[in-house]
Amino acid sequence: MTDPQSVPGAPAIEVHDLTVAYRTQPVLWDVDLQLPEGRLIAIVGPNGAGKSTLLKAMLGLVTPVTGWVQIFGEPYARRRSWVGYVPQRESVDWDFPTSALDVVTMGLYGRIGWLRRPQKHHRETALACLEKVGMADFARRQISQLSGGQQQRVFLARALAQDARLYLMDEPFAGVDATTERAILALLQELRATGRTVVAVHHDLQTVAEYFDHVALLNMRLVAAGPVATTFTAENLQRTYGGRLTVLTQATEALLQKRTAEIPPDLGVKPAGGTPWT
Amino acid sequence: MNPTLVILLVACSVAASCALLGSFLVLRKMALLGDAISHAVLPGIVLAFLFTGSRAALPMVIGAGVLGVVTVLLVEMFNRSRRLREDASIGVVFPALFSLGVILISRYASQVDLDLDCVLYGEIAYAPWDVLTFAGREVGPKALWVTGGVLLFNLALVGTLWKELQLSTFDAGLAATLGFSPVALHYLLMSAVSVTVVGSFESVGAILVVALLVVPPATAWLLTERLEHMVGLAILLGIVSALGGYAFARWWDASIAGAMAMVAGLLFFAALLLAPGHGLLARLLTLRRMGGRLSGQLLLLHLQKGGAVVPAALLERRFGWSRRRLEKVLAPLRSNRLVEVDGDGLHLTESGAKVLESTGRAQLAHKL
Repeated sequence: MTDPQSVPGAPAIEVHDLTVAYRTQPVLWDVDLQLPEGRLIAIVGPNGAGKSTLLKAMLGLVTPVTGWVQIFGEPYARRRSWVGYVPQRESVDWDFPTSALDVVTMGLYGRIGWLRRPQKHHRETALACLEKVGMADFARRQISQLSGGQQQRVFLARALAQDARLYLMDEPFAGVDATTERAILALLQELRATGRTVVAVHHDLQTVAEYFDHVALLNMRLVAAGPVATTFTAENLQRTYGGRLTVLTQATEALLQKRTAEIPPDLGVKPAGGTPWT
Repeated sequence: MNPTLVILLVACSVAASCALLGSFLVLRKMALLGDAISHAVLPGIVLAFLFTGSRAALPMVIGAGVLGVVTVLLVEMFNRSRRLREDASIGVVFPALFSLGVILISRYASQVDLDLDCVLYGEIAYAPWDVLTFAGREVGPKALWVTGGVLLFNLALVGTLWKELQLSTFDAGLAATLGFSPVALHYLLMSAVSVTVVGSFESVGAILVVALLVVPPATAWLLTERLEHMVGLAILLGIVSALGGYAFARWWDASIAGAMAMVAGLLFFAALLLAPGHGLLARLLTLRRMGGRLSGQLLLLHLQKGGAVVPAALLERRFGWSRRRLEKVLAPLRSNRLVEVDGDGLHLTESGAKVLESTGRAQLAHKL
């Protein structure tokens, strides 16, 4: 491959002074953000906070009014082959006449390049990726016959086929069943174990602390970004979501649960109403 | 060359070209854009006439191609303004351009050897008599050269850019991130549609090109699960429509183009009704069969729970069934000796109990 060399010490993603507007309506306002390599990173914020837009700006799919984005120290156009993208499931028409295997093979098109056709070994790679997400048996299935969770796994398999260093995912956990959610989580952890970076737009505040290492809280402006332990606090959530109490209560509960879980048993904390641990 | 053969070859080339590109239009939910382009290229054709003063194919194709791109640009511009939705943008642009073409034709009728009726409805029957001369020699009917050339161009285009068109049609976002410019591919496809429309309008007319662009691909989509199969079948259906339409028109002494569109429409309805699996009829039958089986199982289960003889009237009341419905559900159960009628009541036979056991009674009971 003819990839440019990695810029030493550069973060996985650097966003500088980024403002994006649809017509005159600003969607992102002066966002400055650095995301480290090798972590699972959640982008969290209320509806309409610009989370998907931030992802699209990182991928060069929307043109910013001001500012720039660098991927491993270079503009996106020079890092295409380093980045895998998982769009929202609803962004495509699942009635399209194509099989699961075809969709996964599309992840390899960037490597195949213009005009050349996918070869047998490309299909084998795609099949291996389907196998990794437990979907090998559905390779020949037309994609409209798959359940929502299975469709999401096909999208993930396609991203795996891209064999990227950085994955940008738009709500990978949205509307999937519990089995798929666990499968996706396992996959993300496997990616992290091999040094990949995953940036995912995430909606479920209750699972942020459990699933991710790093979080960026967004509401048109960047509210806070950093390790979950120090950044995903009730105060920052309050600043992100304003007065939306139900959301905050859920998140605070999740936080408390996480804190409780983190306290080692030998500190003398006993489960309420149960027998002491031995 | 045999005139009938020329007509058939021209019709088949047009149908195949339209089906090839139309498949992508339909999948991109842009069938209407094909419609718009087919009308909006008219001023391009007229202007090409006015500038060159001839009916040479090349200037016409160029003029139409330019207007096709202008149409797409204007639609996108209105669309991006967010004051108009896409359907309204298309609806505004193409009548404007089309009317411009109509006005130009009527104003310069003396200079332009172009019949409006011919543009709108086409006249494929004249195709064999308009002969192209090259270097002083007659080389065959012009329409055959034009439509054949257009078909080869389209085949080459879709053949070389198959993977790119597939990806940008299915997921433009991914195409863009991978560096396959979906915008460039979009304009390329629309230019090809414009060129195809010009190549076709003399034979089937601007209005009926739409039928060939949309209907065979829509029919093929109902019947297939792979893009290559869909495109192949669309081409086949287009050709069948062309040939069938010609035969019908000859037999009925009607408009050839009209008959082609009619056959295409009939094929579509046949597919809609009869498609295996997804067709309306198949779905209805499956629902019936499943519904009947479920009703039978429910009845068996109920009889088992009831133990001895259950009065038919009680079943009717509990299930909210009419006597006719009960008898309909009962008929197969009785003929298989799963249920016996005992005076006014019903009871389960031994084999009925066994069947219930084997068809996953526990599973069914759980669902109840």
